[in-house]
Amino acid sequence: MITFNQVTKQYNGSSTAVKNVDFTVDQGKIVVLLGPSGCGKTTLLRMVNRLESITEGEIIIDNDNSKDLDAIELRRKIGYVIQSNGLFPNMTIEENVMIVPDLLGWSKKKKKERFNYLMKLIGLDAKDYGKRLPQELSGGQQQRIGVVRALAADPPVMLMDEPFGALDPIIREKIQDEFLAIQREVKKTILFVSHDIDEAIKMADKIMLLRDGEIMQYDTPSEMMMHPKNEFVSQFFGKDRAIKSLSLHTVKNLEEVIGLAQMDESIQDTKTINVHQDLRNTLSMLLNQEADQVIVTNDEGGKIGSITIDLVQKYLHFEIKGKMSVSQEG
Amino acid sequence: MNRKKLIGNAFRIVVYALVIGFFIWALSNQYLSYIWSDSSTFLVLLRQHSELVLVSSILAILIAVPAGILITRPRFRKAEWLVTNIVNFGQTIPSLAVLALMISVLGIGFQTAVFALFIYSLLPIFRNTVAGLDTIDKNLIDAAKGMGMRPYQILFRIELPNSAYSILAGIRTAVVLNIGTAALAYVVGGGGLGVWIFTGIQLFDNGFLISGAIPVTLMAIGADYLLRKAEYVLVPKGSRQEART
Repeated sequence: MITFNQVTKQYNGSSTAVKNVDFTVDQGKIVVLLGPSGCGKTTLLRMVNRLESITEGEIIIDNDNSKDLDAIELRRKIGYVIQSNGLFPNMTIEENVMIVPDLLGWSKKKKKERFNYLMKLIGLDAKDYGKRLPQELSGGQQQRIGVVRALAADPPVMLMDEPFGALDPIIREKIQDEFLAIQREVKKTILFVSHDIDEAIKMADKIMLLRDGEIMQYDTPSEMMMHPKNEFVSQFFGKDRAIKSLSLHTVKNLEEVIGLAQMDESIQDTKTINVHQDLRNTLSMLLNQEADQVIVTNDEGGKIGSITIDLVQKYLHFEIKGKMSVSQEG
Repeated sequence: MNRKKLIGNAFRIVVYALVIGFFIWALSNQYLSYIWSDSSTFLVLLRQHSELVLVSSILAILIAVPAGILITRPRFRKAEWLVTNIVNFGQTIPSLAVLALMISVLGIGFQTAVFALFIYSLLPIFRNTVAGLDTIDKNLIDAAKGMGMRPYQILFRIELPNSAYSILAGIRTAVVLNIGTAALAYVVGGGGLGVWIFTGIQLFDNGFLISGAIPVTLMAIGADYLLRKAEYVLVPKGSRQEART
């Protein structure tokens, strides 16, 4: 758990990068710091491991005030991932990943075991990749290594500064999914900086939207889109925020609320979609094909019904817009 | 690629032919005879020359590399322009003038020559050390800091290995230059193969001139070759390729 108490950052006594920020990141949750560039999100992140000093206020990490800890010790207990992966070109992958355990003086055997476990987590062969150099890996692989390097000493807290920002969209999405799967297993407390709204909606348990060093809103992604606290928040998420919010709901949610349609067996070549897919993907699938329906399958591959644009619209109307402004719907 | 190789090979053959031709010409005119006929003097001069180069180069490395490291630490960063300018200024004074100036301070002899050569070797080593450390990706330092490495650990595990290519290139440049410049030590009574070269010039004697000049050239080529080999061993594989791109 990370608690920010009235945290302020001032440069040279004049310009203020962060103003009286007050919030808590709960144990095992991902909080995405979101905002336009220069809003202070990276500064806020770097204050946690004291790469930036705190002008006023305090940051409490798992009951310890960060000011009371030795900066070096503190950083070794916090995983740190940066956009440009930061892998050291003079070291092999294994040496890179095992830096913090090495600094902490782990035994050779313990390091080896941990390395094998971590590489399994990201689906790379430990034996094959361990001896390679960073430059021999693709950008996506390098970033994966950057992530497991931060996990190496099993820190309770992780700081991620636009970790997937330099990757192309396809790889980025894949690594985001992978990372969420890893997070389900390791359950770290994560502070994640992003400037990409879609990434924030996807990754965050809660989003913190910042402007000029001040909190605009701190809420779950759906709350933020349904009930923006002010003009800036609603503008930031845009007019299409209802559609964006579709990515927070799955076909399963829709089925539970309004039920699926009957399958029209007469239509040829209809595509199928898993029941756990989000509705935004479903909608784009529906819009990008001839047929009016997509067959929904469960995890075993059995067909359990079909979904149509009408159904998505209905769900959007009742479920999402209903929440957005109850008065309109009546 | 193939064309490049072909041109490269052709060029190499021409150079080798010229060198062999030169040796045949020098040998047939007995220009290298002093090396055999007066081998005891030759060995003394060769030893003096090597000592001049070794002592001045090692001193220069011992001063310039740590100075380069020190000046790139955040605390001393502000002084970088000043130190670099002073060292640059030192380099603009002709080497002969440096030697002459040193006579007035240190008198005549070995120590004067060593000191002048030392001053002259500082710049290439210092400048390359600073450049090597400066060009390291700031994100690497940030990542290292963020993972809880101490400043000396960042220096020895990240900064020095990744700038080793540049630092060693500076040392190589300095040593090779130094071997040539050391021939001027004769002027201040520092000995070395310059004795034969200058004697040859003054007596219009190609024999002395070439018996002195050829060994100096071979020494420089040999040192360059050995230091290149050393780079190959000392620079980590990962930073080697990076340094070449």
